[in-house]
Amino acid sequence: MRKIYSKIESISGNVITVTATGVRYKELAVVETKYGPSLAEVIRLRHDEVALQVFNGSRGISTGDEVRFLGHPMMVSFSDNLLGRIFDGSGRPRDGGPELTDSLIEIGGPSVNPAQRIIPRRMVRTGIPMIDLFNTLVESQKLPIFSVSGEPYNELLARIALQAEVDLIILGGMGLKYDDYLFFKESLEQGGVLSRTIFFVHTASDPVVECLMVPDIALAVAEGFATRGKRVLVLLTDMTNFADAMKEIAITMEQVPSNRGYPGDLYSQLAARYEKAVDFEQAGSITILGVTTMPGDDVTHPVPDNTGYITEGQFYLRNGRIEPFGSLSRLKQLVNGKTRPDHRALMDGMIKLYASYKESLEKKAMGFKMSDWDEKLLAYGELFEREMMDLSVNIPLEAALDKGWEILAKCFEPAETGLRSDLVSQYWPTKV
Amino acid sequence: MKTINRVIGVSGNMVSVEFTGEVAMNEVCYIVTGGKKLKSEVIRVKGNVADVQVFEITKGIGVGDEVEFTGELLSVQLGPGLLGQVFDGLQNPLPQLAARCGFFLERGIYPSPLDESRQWDFTPSVNQGSKVEAGMPIGSVKEGIFNHLIMVPFYLDGTLTVKSIAGAGLYRLRDIIAEVEDEKGNLHQLTMVFSWPVKRPVKCYAERLKPSEPLITKVRIIDTFFPVAKGGTYCIPGPFGAGKTVLQQITSRNAEVDIVIVAACGERAGEVVETLKEFPELIDPKTGRSLMERTIIICNTSSMPVAAREASVYTAVTMAEYYRQMGLHVLLLADSTSRWAQAMREMSGRLEEIPGEEAFPAYLESIIAAFYERAGLVRLKNGALGSVTIGGTVSPAGGNFEEPVTQATLKVVGAFHGLSRQRSDARKYPAIHPLESWSKYPGIIDASKAEYGRSILFKGDEVDQMMKVVGEEGTSLEDYVIYLKAEFLDAVYLQQNSFDPVDSAVEPERQRYVYDFIMEVLTAELKFGSKEEARGWFNQMRQGFLDYNGKPWMSDDFKEQEQAIRRLLAEKVTASAGAGTQVSCKESAKLAENL
Ligand SMILES: Nc1ncnc2c1ncn2[C@@H]1O[C@H](COP(=O)(O)OP(=O)(O)OP(=O)(O)O)[C@@H](O)[C@H]1O
Ligand SMILES: [Mg+2]
Repeated sequence: MRKIYSKIESISGNVITVTATGVRYKELAVVETKYGPSLAEVIRLRHDEVALQVFNGSRGISTGDEVRFLGHPMMVSFSDNLLGRIFDGSGRPRDGGPELTDSLIEIGGPSVNPAQRIIPRRMVRTGIPMIDLFNTLVESQKLPIFSVSGEPYNELLARIALQAEVDLIILGGMGLKYDDYLFFKESLEQGGVLSRTIFFVHTASDPVVECLMVPDIALAVAEGFATRGKRVLVLLTDMTNFADAMKEIAITMEQVPSNRGYPGDLYSQLAARYEKAVDFEQAGSITILGVTTMPGDDVTHPVPDNTGYITEGQFYLRNGRIEPFGSLSRLKQLVNGKTRPDHRALMDGMIKLYASYKESLEKKAMGFKMSDWDEKLLAYGELFEREMMDLSVNIPLEAALDKGWEILAKCFEPAETGLRSDLVSQYWPTKV
Repeated sequence: MKTINRVIGVSGNMVSVEFTGEVAMNEVCYIVTGGKKLKSEVIRVKGNVADVQVFEITKGIGVGDEVEFTGELLSVQLGPGLLGQVFDGLQNPLPQLAARCGFFLERGIYPSPLDESRQWDFTPSVNQGSKVEAGMPIGSVKEGIFNHLIMVPFYLDGTLTVKSIAGAGLYRLRDIIAEVEDEKGNLHQLTMVFSWPVKRPVKCYAERLKPSEPLITKVRIIDTFFPVAKGGTYCIPGPFGAGKTVLQQITSRNAEVDIVIVAACGERAGEVVETLKEFPELIDPKTGRSLMERTIIICNTSSMPVAAREASVYTAVTMAEYYRQMGLHVLLLADSTSRWAQAMREMSGRLEEIPGEEAFPAYLESIIAAFYERAGLVRLKNGALGSVTIGGTVSPAGGNFEEPVTQATLKVVGAFHGLSRQRSDARKYPAIHPLESWSKYPGIIDASKAEYGRSILFKGDEVDQMMKVVGEEGTSLEDYVIYLKAEFLDAVYLQQNSFDPVDSAVEPERQRYVYDFIMEVLTAELKFGSKEEARGWFNQMRQGFLDYNGKPWMSDDFKEQEQAIRRLLAEKVTASAGAGTQVSCKESAKLAENL
């Protein structure tokens, strides 16, 4: 029988302290409040002073409320019964279905032994040329969408999820607007994949601490399935909310902030989650697609900045398009050597020219006379944006490559493209 | 005397321990919890409380848990069998951990880093009565392609007399192979392995020398313009995705050194896996053996415990010093030193120290300096030379080099390869900024020629800046040609295709040859009627050289391509400092002045 403590010593932010013995770091407790029970997690021990972070927040907690330690850390149920179900950030059902308590597993477990990983090798086809051709997505990649709020990032996420060939989709929502939650539900339902989807959703109106649990729960479940041979796609939206929740707790705990109020371990904390993306030898895989909204469209803001240093590239969403600059899939070279011989060269060549187009555009905006070369670039840039960048374009990679050559041939002489002669002779379209 | 030491607090990966008896700074202790012993290191002592950083996940530790102190500092095992291995930051062999625990790392399991049952073919090199000192060989074994010297442990003082030495034959790591007597008459039994505290530099050499010989990386922009020296230090700061890791990966493959130690410090596990899986398959053209035979990987990736990350760079550099002591040239590549600095920041925060800039500890600079100080070219006591070269990446917050880690590093390194976001966005790889980077070391190309090339780059950049204001039409044809020359040099020489089998690694001989050829273009006086014409011609020239770069050295294709380029060049050359001939150093130096 575990002891019950009935004196809360301090309440500050979402953190309470009690005097207790025999408690373990990261152990779970239940706080019985007037408004119902809430889970809480031990986040610091100092002699017999125990600090706990309360999932439901400390609002309404009274110093006389009871705290009961459970003797184990945070766990989540893991079985096929999860499929098609919707839970909140503490793992409680959100869909009116039964609570699941069978075969509990720990969350936030140790990392995969690097020696047990394999080199990712399968391309994830999305039908989006800006991804397939220029920044190929690879199974087991961790990749966020960088975006300002207001951009259609959730739509993009859902579209990729529906097109990707995976066994299982897990959606981790953090600070999700209710409408967006409904949007995901509807589009996955319409896409006919709801039965192999699991939702862990924290909405904007839920207590902030629960937001912190979402990635760990979602990824623990994903790991469970992946080690059993399933190819899992985890969608995490929006990781900036997750980081902000961490910041809130750190400030309450009076930690010295490192950068704009964020804790010094922001990098390690984010990495611990993203690094769960993995391809196992003789088992399944976890691919993580996240959303990182950039406050003030500032990519040097600590959250996108740290994320960029952790993930294997990012898709930069701006004005409803995936920008070629800033966007990057670092795993692309693992797969784009095996697609078509012109893939890599075209990918680099077209982007270099697009960069030159941007320069010409700038010159034009400053009122300079446009040279012939500038004019060619301008024509190219427009074509490129319309036929490659527009998100409504939905074609397979091979068609996108052909289209690439077509665009080049319409605008340039072969020598102007900087592409190697052998490729030009093989792929340059004959004059139309 | 049995002392009882107990946990009195836990916060993140820091645990406070109340102890009786004596405790040393950086001493290793084990926290006993849930049937496991978790390795930790003392990082502060106050009264009878020691704050220790735990090298493992701290979940489940409770107040009252017992703690065992070892009396030893955090150390690594040094002996034959390190090469080709993959360790975590504490020298735990990861494949062996995987064999025991499966997919996931499990805490509290520390297999022996070296294979203790393997037999090594030992040949003694001293006799009974020989006088030796710490770090001097007493024999050797064959470790792959290397003659691995079995040395007197670095911790023994003074002159030692060999009392007995094993004959040639097969021995295990822990078999006693020699007995030596120190000046005080104490007898020491030696095996082929000993341990050394990672945070203490190895100094058993005769003298430190100034690094002067280039370390060939086969990356053109580095070897030609921003060279690295054997025994030197350099850093690669750059925003995320600019190409730091790729640059180090290429270097780890192609660098002309004996041994490469890769320290993956707080970065992505996936990147290490690439090295891990590919190196055993790749053949080192110099030795004809797999690259893995000259490589050690220290891998403490971002999701592994942060305290072990802090230790990992020291583990790596200690092994580097060990092999240097055998007269070998070792290259240590650390990616990323910022993650190491952040590990220190996390601990400093938990210790509630007064924070410096961006909450980094106030002693950050001196620790970074001390780390790079462990690089060096040394003359050993037997006269042989050995070196440790350290190249570290830096991941500055927001890509802004005006931050503590970059600034502290720049103060101590000998070369700076600054990566630029603009260049990587434009896919100009390697994205080393040709105007901002620098090196204090001599390179493989005559300095005045390299200087001439750089002066073109500077001038071209000026013209480019000017054109942004006055437009192309406001720029003289003469200036415009300089701009085109700079762009040309950039496109065909500074940029290099790391995925092309030929272009990815360029031998110094070829670099010199091609650079001289390019100098002909750069120094040529070219006659153009218009800017359009000039641009068109340079486009063809660029194309010609890009194709040229892809042709195997001195193959027929290579020579043919060269002739094609020469014909193109001849079309536009009016007078040149040396069409068809080599530009002499004097001439090019003069030209550089004139520019
Ligand atoms: N030399 C190169 N040639 C071709 N592509 C490159 C080169 N260098 C970098 N890239 C591209 O840029 C991507 C990012 O490079 P890399 O992983 O080296 O960046 P980084 O600077 O180490 O970033 P981070 O700080 O986030 O680790 C690579 O995956 C590759 O697609
Ligand atoms: Mg990197």
